Amino acid sequence: MASFLLRRLILAACVALTVLTLAFTLTRLSGDLAISIAGPSATDADIAIIRTAYGLDRPLPEQFLAWVGRAAVGDFGESFFFKARVSSLIAERMPITLSLGLTGLGIALLVSIPLGILAAVREGSWVDRLVQLFAMIGQAMPSFWLGLIMMIFFGLQLGWLPVSGTGSWEHYVMPGTVLAFSAIPALTRLTRSGMIQALASDYIRTARAKGLSRFSILFKHALRNAALPVVSIASVQLGFMLGGSIVIETVFALHGVGFLAWESITKNDFPVVQAVVLVLAVIYVVLTLLADLFNAVLDPRLRG
Amino acid sequence: MRRSGIWIGGAILTLVVLAGVFAPWIAPHDPYAQDLTRRLAVPFWMEGALPEHLLGTDQLGRDYLSRLIFGARVSLIIGAMVVVVSGAIGITLGVLGGFFGGRVDDVVLFLITCRLSIPVVLVALAVVGLLGSSTTLVVAVLGLLLWDRFAVVARATTMQVRNLDYVAAAWAAGSSTPRILISEVLPNIMTHLAVVGTLEMALAILLEAALSFLGLGVPPPLPSWGLMIAEGRDFMFFSAWVIWIPGIALFTLVLAINLLGDGLRDLFGAAPS
Amino acid sequence: MSLLEIEGLEVTFGQGEGRVAAVRGASFSLARGETHCIVGESGCGKSVTSLAIMGLLARGATRQAKRMEFDGRDISRLTEREMSRLRGHRIAMIFQEPMTSLNPAYTIGSQMAEVRTRHLGGTKQAALDRAAELLGRVGITAPGMRLGQFPHQLSGGLRQRVMIAMALMNDPELLIADEPTTALDVTIQAQILRLLAQLQAELGLGLLLITHDLGVVARVAHRVSVMYAGEVVENAATADLFAAPRHPYTRGLLECLPIPGKVAPGAPLGSIPGMVPKLTPGFTGCGFRSRCSLARAECAAPVALRGAPHLYRCVVDA
Repeated sequence: MASFLLRRLILAACVALTVLTLAFTLTRLSGDLAISIAGPSATDADIAIIRTAYGLDRPLPEQFLAWVGRAAVGDFGESFFFKARVSSLIAERMPITLSLGLTGLGIALLVSIPLGILAAVREGSWVDRLVQLFAMIGQAMPSFWLGLIMMIFFGLQLGWLPVSGTGSWEHYVMPGTVLAFSAIPALTRLTRSGMIQALASDYIRTARAKGLSRFSILFKHALRNAALPVVSIASVQLGFMLGGSIVIETVFALHGVGFLAWESITKNDFPVVQAVVLVLAVIYVVLTLLADLFNAVLDPRLRG
Repeated sequence: MRRSGIWIGGAILTLVVLAGVFAPWIAPHDPYAQDLTRRLAVPFWMEGALPEHLLGTDQLGRDYLSRLIFGARVSLIIGAMVVVVSGAIGITLGVLGGFFGGRVDDVVLFLITCRLSIPVVLVALAVVGLLGSSTTLVVAVLGLLLWDRFAVVARATTMQVRNLDYVAAAWAAGSSTPRILISEVLPNIMTHLAVVGTLEMALAILLEAALSFLGLGVPPPLPSWGLMIAEGRDFMFFSAWVIWIPGIALFTLVLAINLLGDGLRDLFGAAPS
Repeated sequence: MSLLEIEGLEVTFGQGEGRVAAVRGASFSLARGETHCIVGESGCGKSVTSLAIMGLLARGATRQAKRMEFDGRDISRLTEREMSRLRGHRIAMIFQEPMTSLNPAYTIGSQMAEVRTRHLGGTKQAALDRAAELLGRVGITAPGMRLGQFPHQLSGGLRQRVMIAMALMNDPELLIADEPTTALDVTIQAQILRLLAQLQAELGLGLLLITHDLGVVARVAHRVSVMYAGEVVENAATADLFAAPRHPYTRGLLECLPIPGKVAPGAPLGSIPGMVPKLTPGFTGCGFRSRCSLARAECAAPVALRGAPHLYRCVVDA
């Protein structure tokens, strides 16, 4: 177990370092950053000053090492556009994105686990087909479009939910639902196939031979085993959702990290962009680590 | 139901492909021609529709049906090109990892892990934002970001094929490694890769639409469906059809490709994971 | 009165043209405290018979019986809920695959205890005490420690002992064991078989043992049913069957056995030529006729069991 964890940690660190390099390279793609920072009206002298001020005149490897050194302690520099510390900008916006992601994951699990179980129990029936069709429709749904349609319907025509902003919990219902749609197909399919596999197993036959109730067979014996892959995919999906929330935050004007990233991209505010890429990647890596840990708790075979 | 999935999906995809290929001949108007006197004309099922604009016009008076038909080109070309690029990367990595195992496989697995930790939409937006929007750039960025599933499936299926008797026989007969890879391994994993190809194409089309919707995909005035939704957004509360029409087109095309892929997967049998 | 009475049990799988009969009119009875073996080659319908009695057939299987009584009660018409009250309580079952028959996610103790509390109620602790006692009884050392362990921490032989102990949690009157030793090492096989025989005698269990191994039959069975192609072709007291087999198939089977003293070392063993027929819906008559040297025209019509108490299903007089 300990060596398994250590290996996972080393892998996570390597991944983080790779993404770090990528995030750095990404922002140097556009050529001379000093020109983009200074803006169109700047003189050559202004650009020279900016270049020295941001250390852009030094060799790239040196810039990279300096950036990595500071990023390692959570210092991502200062935003050009917001004139604030990038770290505090992200910290300020993170709660909104996390709330959105967790709401989305919560809704996704609430929908997909019962649906997956239902489809598995009625495998091959019209219920099963309907659930699979639903998953397929969810997979084909453009999230930004679904968001707009929901706005028209629930926001304007029915007037049930606020159309944008972050004032109350109601503000998270629509974006959360839209975000959930990105995870529902995968989670439903996984629950379904996991349950079908579990229900066909020898230990379920034993459970039936023991005369256990249908409830206990389904929810105690089968679901516990089917839940293992669902748990790990759910945390991975949360990572994807946080990364994908940029679209939904923009649609619903939720001022989270995704919205921040989008603003920064349009403003060429590269310290913010690379910091958000890095933070989201690290969150993803941490989530997959947590999934492994959680799996180890749930699956006695992994505890060793 | 599965077989009908292949037929329905395949039929819709064929229709859209035909529309895209023959767009200049099918489209009733020039998709770029503006007519500011006829802005936001309503589609045929609403009262006051203009007979020459079947699906109405957009905020600049451009014929919506023509833009929709030309928009199919954008979606299909980008979808197909992304599959080519990401397929080339993913299949190469996956086959190498699956065939050689050991260190090579460790590296491939590491690359896949790294790739999965990168937030796709964000990085794609950032690259397009920094370099300026263009169709080529969208293809390049998505191609570089969407190869993971190709790699995973190619790796798993190659591992299976490698252990088959006739591959061992080819080894024993002294065939060279590249020869075995190309003439023995690739043909045998092709069916699984075709399924991945459809799924990735669907995903790429959705992502292109999302990028264009956020203003960082293909440049206007190109008629991308995502861009059409973005442009219609300001009018959606009064003229909801401006986002309904391109949205339904997008949804239908992606659903059709997924149906086709799902049907193919059932036909060929699921890939090992 | 017998504990279990089966008459004319039929099980088919699938529907329409693709339908296959797995059991075609199996009949036998089992007395209280008796060990009854069902013996036959794989695919003869012996496992399906045992699952049919338990009501554990897979979806898509249809079961019919002229008579199916447990302790004088008709169990063919019980609902799933009523049947589940009998299963694990008065009828218990153990399976061929000890490696996969226990749930990997729960401890041995929890899996054993739940079958007690489900049927007899009581506290979890009382159930665990009972579990520990039974683990000791089936020859597992340090039962207290085993209760807290997970299946993957146990060997195949140990898991089968756990399965046996779990089956005994509620003092069942009937234990059905479906090839309980097949998946185990040869040395372990002998131990488990001895354990089953010993428990059967001590507890006065009715034991229905499904096996393909005539050696097992000879060692433990009081009575034996030989199954072939979904039918019971011979049913007799064990000693009678081995001494004077009446059905050509049984005779063929016995000739395949190397019996010390009867078969000289190095002498060729018998073999039965041909293949088992495919039991499509239209198939009637003796399933063995295509492989039988004594076959005649009337073998194609349904053949009745005759010759009580040493029953056999053959038109040729033994």
